[in-house]
Amino acid sequence: MELALSPDQKLFRTSARGLLEEEHSLDRVREMKDGEPRWSRDWWRRGAELGWAAALVPEDLGGGSVSGEGVRDLALLAEELGADVAPGPLIPVNTVLAGLVEAHGRGPDHTAEIEALAAGESIATWAVYEPGREWSPSEPDVTATPVDGGFVLDGTKDRVQDADQADLLLVTAATPDGPAQFLVPAGADGVSIAPQWTVDLSRSFGEVRFDGVRAGAGALVGEPGAGRVVERQLQIAVVIQCAEVTAVLDRAFGMTVQWAFDRHSFGRPLASYQALKHRFADMRTWLEACHATTQAAAAAVQAGGPGAARAASVAKSFVGQRSLPLLQECVQLHGGLGVTWEHDLHLFLRRALLDRALYGTPRDHRLRIADLASL
Amino acid sequence: MTIESIESFRGRARTWLAENMPRTAGREPAPIIEDDSHEWQWARELQKKLYAGGFAGICFPKEYGGLGLTPAHQQAFNEESEGYEMPLLLNSPTFSICAPTLLDMGSEEQKRERIGAAIRGEEIMCQFLSEPGGGSDLAGVRTRADRDGDHFVLNGAKIWSTSAYAADWGLCLARTDWDVPKHHGLTMFLVSTRAPGVTINRIRMVNGNREFCEEFFDNVRLPLSAVVGEVGDGWRVASQQLYHERTAMGGGSPYTSGTGHPAMMPGATPVEVATALGRTADPRVREMVGEYLALNEVAEQTSARVTRAIEAGDLPPTAASLLRLLHAEASHVKHDLAVEVAGAAVATGVGNDEGIQGRAAIGFLMRQSASLGGGSDEMSRNVVSERVLGMPREPAPDRGVPFKQVRNGR
Repeated sequence: MELALSPDQKLFRTSARGLLEEEHSLDRVREMKDGEPRWSRDWWRRGAELGWAAALVPEDLGGGSVSGEGVRDLALLAEELGADVAPGPLIPVNTVLAGLVEAHGRGPDHTAEIEALAAGESIATWAVYEPGREWSPSEPDVTATPVDGGFVLDGTKDRVQDADQADLLLVTAATPDGPAQFLVPAGADGVSIAPQWTVDLSRSFGEVRFDGVRAGAGALVGEPGAGRVVERQLQIAVVIQCAEVTAVLDRAFGMTVQWAFDRHSFGRPLASYQALKHRFADMRTWLEACHATTQAAAAAVQAGGPGAARAASVAKSFVGQRSLPLLQECVQLHGGLGVTWEHDLHLFLRRALLDRALYGTPRDHRLRIADLASL
Repeated sequence: MTIESIESFRGRARTWLAENMPRTAGREPAPIIEDDSHEWQWARELQKKLYAGGFAGICFPKEYGGLGLTPAHQQAFNEESEGYEMPLLLNSPTFSICAPTLLDMGSEEQKRERIGAAIRGEEIMCQFLSEPGGGSDLAGVRTRADRDGDHFVLNGAKIWSTSAYAADWGLCLARTDWDVPKHHGLTMFLVSTRAPGVTINRIRMVNGNREFCEEFFDNVRLPLSAVVGEVGDGWRVASQQLYHERTAMGGGSPYTSGTGHPAMMPGATPVEVATALGRTADPRVREMVGEYLALNEVAEQTSARVTRAIEAGDLPPTAASLLRLLHAEASHVKHDLAVEVAGAAVATGVGNDEGIQGRAAIGFLMRQSASLGGGSDEMSRNVVSERVLGMPREPAPDRGVPFKQVRNGR
């Protein structure tokens, strides 16, 4: 977390917490049934009124951020929602908005879609992964063939978050002029969506097939071959992921420290055993480092420029790598309770495992860091 | 009295540096391996130049030979000194630890004479703290100083004193009272390294580095004026030294001049190994290099965050131990990955030369030094769990009992 927050940022945080607690406790997450919607559109719209989809959008497009630094506000929000492994399309909507705003002024106009998304009236998600493929947004197998001044989309995307509740899909697809992105209504003819099992109880994912889906010329986002927009989307997704995972770690670690004080064995609290104290010290160190690198990534992505890509990848590489061992230590220190359904730890572990996997694994981001270092 | 503005000071410094100080021109000082007395002589000469030019001891008070200016002036000077040779060897511990501690706790005479001589480039200081009998338990020192009329008589042994062989004076922690608990019976002394009865040997480390020393004190006679602070109050002085040491390690000392550190440790980073051995096309190597670069950057980001948090009071000063642990880990990963990237090449050098792969190998032999120097990882873990997380302290049978009753080995 950022160390010094403005009064507006504090209010932004407490209002998010209020709305979250109203609808989504950890117990509710635990009891979610397969196929049940993870969140309601009404709830998201009320979140949007609090600014959950506005931080990256300039005021003249219907957005605005409380501090004037939207990426940092978004990281703050992600921490608040992440600490409760909240459901909701925070990553999909803000990632799509990041792309639309970045591309704004080049290619077809998407002002109306931006405004509707920022207001919470519409939901969009990024359809970028493809079945059996690792993170490779610039080499899509889905094709967009130019026809009659528009395009025809064919192929399959998967791991599309909230595909079942989205109005719009931002689809990466190959065109003769290079990879491009298209904003396609989820209800368009030829689009079919099938649910996918996921490890995270509070999120839902779907596989999306495109069978000869017609997209008008106006569906194009920016220009084909422009990697800059996708890069911005990736950076935003990674900052949100790192912020929510760091919040998850904070909470799990706090619970585990408290447990170590409360739980007694052989007449002593667990917290008095040096063998355990040393493990807590290492965990505390990694936790601080997760906070530091997430904060640095949010600041760098906020500032933009050449340092943003590297800072985002440094954060994802580190947080992705350390979050799971840190959480498994929390499980171990809880004993058998830590692997029970009733305990909250698995909810945290699920989110961390999911976030580690998507938008580039730590390995993918290390390779990016090497590329960026011109090695 | 108004002081000179930063910008005016910066401007004068820029002009003076250009006219008086030698350019580095890619000349890196050699690692301290064998006879390096010329490096120390050169550092003293550079310091004398700074003093003659009116740019030495920027943050030390005027009455003790400094300029009485602010850390912002020092910062401006440091920025301007980039690209010039600076007496970096004198920064630690002389200017970052010993002189500030004397300033805080020394007598008027000590401040005037020792700080002044250091600023003039005439004297170098060191610390005699750790002992062969115990590294982590500093307050358990057994070097003794016994009162004999108007003198103390010093007997014992110290170890791990950085660059004591080049120093003129050392701050020596000794036990003066064995009938009180360990922290209460200590006194700090300012000891001349050339006093009769002082023997200093250089220690050769695995990588050939010879910066550390061991010392033996045989009936060294110290006048009462050698006491720093009060008799029996040595732990407070030592704590002040440790405070200045931590501050300096975090890059926050206002008393050091110039940027960077003198070269001490031969070694090689994974990037250097990958580049030199032509392995940068291998995706496994690229991943390892990415991991090294990421962790390195995270360690820096964490330093910045924790330093700010300590200054703002959001974290206790003991949280500096988090950085100690993270930097040790980053150092381990650097050496491990350098060896991994080198692969089979790490076995031999290039002819008789060690080559980059040999440097990686030698760096690896010294891998644990990052987890040992300045207090072991294990002590840092105790500090984090006890002082940051508030967990129960380790039992200590030596607490609250006269030191003469404390068991010492078998």
